[in-house]
Amino acid sequence: MNPIGNLNKLFDSRIRLGVMSVLMVNEEVSFNDLKQVLEVTDGNLASHLTTLEENGYLKVHKGFIGRKTNTTYSITKAGEKAFKGHLAALENMIRSIE
Amino acid sequence: MNEQQHLETLSDIKRIMERSSRFISLSGLSGVWAGICGLAGATVAYLWIHSYYLAWDTRGSYYDADYAILRYKLIILAAVVLGITLAGGAYFTWRKARRNNLPIWDATSRKVVVNLCLPLVTGGFFILGLMYNNHEPLIAPSCLVFYGLALVNASKYTLTDIRYLGITEIILGILNIFFLRRGLYFWALGFGVLHIIYGLVMWWKYERGVNAEG
Repeated sequence: MNPIGNLNKLFDSRIRLGVMSVLMVNEEVSFNDLKQVLEVTDGNLASHLTTLEENGYLKVHKGFIGRKTNTTYSITKAGEKAFKGHLAALENMIRSIE
Repeated sequence: MNEQQHLETLSDIKRIMERSSRFISLSGLSGVWAGICGLAGATVAYLWIHSYYLAWDTRGSYYDADYAILRYKLIILAAVVLGITLAGGAYFTWRKARRNNLPIWDATSRKVVVNLCLPLVTGGFFILGLMYNNHEPLIAPSCLVFYGLALVNASKYTLTDIRYLGITEIILGILNIFFLRRGLYFWALGFGVLHIIYGLVMWWKYERGVNAEG
């Protein structure tokens, strides 16, 4: 069996993996908070978020605080499953090498 | 990708999860500072109360105006101690955050403040009500219980030690209810001694190494 096959291609990107890590432990996170934790630029983060959304791994909630838009993100069931699968695959690979 | 990279990825995930969900910059020195302020405040309060009873004994009778003055003095003292404690506590935590290159006001610190304030403000109004109804002996145990509940509530978003400090404060407050009129001693124990002990433990656990490196 090829253990690399279980790794999720989408999570090759550190930023996408980071976004998922944050969403796993926080119910709802705003764009700005994600930017702050992951230390990335607006454009970079936005494109990764779109990819994750298109794959059904996260939900986008658009809201307003006064007149300013406040977009928040939360993880979907599919996203949770994919992330856990990826973690398990990583752990398996480390164990198989030992 | 090799084993080393996978390990790094896993530890990255762990770090991001921790950093995004918990405020880890809370400094143990903030606790020590709070404890010192608390003990100093309790000492001043003790001296004032002592001289109040001394005057009562000398005069041989209760005097309304004396009591009112003592009451106002203690309320002002409490407010001053609270202000100095918060300012110093914020300073040490700000210093630790800066040293670790972390923001002091982010999603996690907001969560800590909101979850701390909910039981704390409730307790504040409850205690104002006690004062309004002249139930002074109940003030110290109420302070301890509400403060303990606030810490337990906020501990989900910061260092786990805070949870145990909160539980200890609650136990002290409950004990105090059964030893009414010994409030000042319980208060000094809870807000003074406990803060110093937990502050030192937390400093020892999380900050000692960092300080040694400069």
